[in-house]
Amino acid sequence: MVLAQSFPVTLPVLFGYIAIGVPFGLMLVKAGYPWWLSPIMSLVMYAGAGQYIAIGLFASKAPFSAMVLTMLMVNIRHIVYGLSLIKQFRIAGAWKPYLIFSLTDETYALLTGVKVPPRIPAGPFYGMIALLNQSYWILGSTLGAIAGQLIPFSFRGVDFALTALFAVLLIDQIRRTKDVVPPIIGFGCAIASVLFAGSSNMLIVALISSMVLLILVRGRS
Amino acid sequence: MSEALRIGLAVIAFALVICATRAFPFLLFTRRDPPSFLRFIETYIPPAVMAILVVYCFKDIRWSEYPCGFRELIALGCVIAVHIWKKNAMLSIFGGTALYMLLLQIW
Repeated sequence: MVLAQSFPVTLPVLFGYIAIGVPFGLMLVKAGYPWWLSPIMSLVMYAGAGQYIAIGLFASKAPFSAMVLTMLMVNIRHIVYGLSLIKQFRIAGAWKPYLIFSLTDETYALLTGVKVPPRIPAGPFYGMIALLNQSYWILGSTLGAIAGQLIPFSFRGVDFALTALFAVLLIDQIRRTKDVVPPIIGFGCAIASVLFAGSSNMLIVALISSMVLLILVRGRS
Repeated sequence: MSEALRIGLAVIAFALVICATRAFPFLLFTRRDPPSFLRFIETYIPPAVMAILVVYCFKDIRWSEYPCGFRELIALGCVIAVHIWKKNAMLSIFGGTALYMLLLQIW
């Protein structure tokens, strides 16, 4: 009953998660890691962009603290999601811990958009949506990893899915905030960091310098 | 430290970080209003980080050697145009990636 009501809601995410889960699995295997690392990551550190970034961090020789700080900055938008769902999750009951654990961009988008159907409790309805979404992601990322190991076909360029994902998230952010100053600061700091800090350190240098600049420019408001 | 151990520890650390960012608002602000500092972070950090990540993806392109990153810029331009036009994330991501893979084969 709950499954029948929540499955249609998750259909767009089914296609979306297969579409970006498969390239994730491919990239992980092409970077030299075993296929089973893909379902493990999708299970315990379930986060689209975060998992892509993790592949790059594994391969980099960055110190552990820099890796963790980078992951924190990439996922800081989840704080925003949580803040806006505090009220909505009060009625979620036993599903609440799992809902918080599995709050990805796409699940957040669905949960803020759907109406709970009549005669169905909100907790299991939200929970089933979140659970279905994570299973699609595990399915997509595992299929991609296995395909990458079995098929010798060149998947050169498949990692562009990550670039496209970030560009799309950026456009959505600008649409929401109607403020181009933070992305311009991020853009400028990132380019300066590539030029002066080199490509292996650029991420952490860009994150810290843009944070400092943002506080200077926008700290008073 | 062996490579397998380093990756294992990193996965555990990343899992904890991701959980922490998701649980943080529920643990602290269920009963009181969030401070303005947090509103600053939630408003200004995500768009800046996304811009940084787009540049991050392009960090290893050799701009001075042919084809000078043209294929990447063309594909990115299409992603941006399609997303502004259609507002469909999956279309933009999938279409852009397919175009880029095609450009790599023919250019």
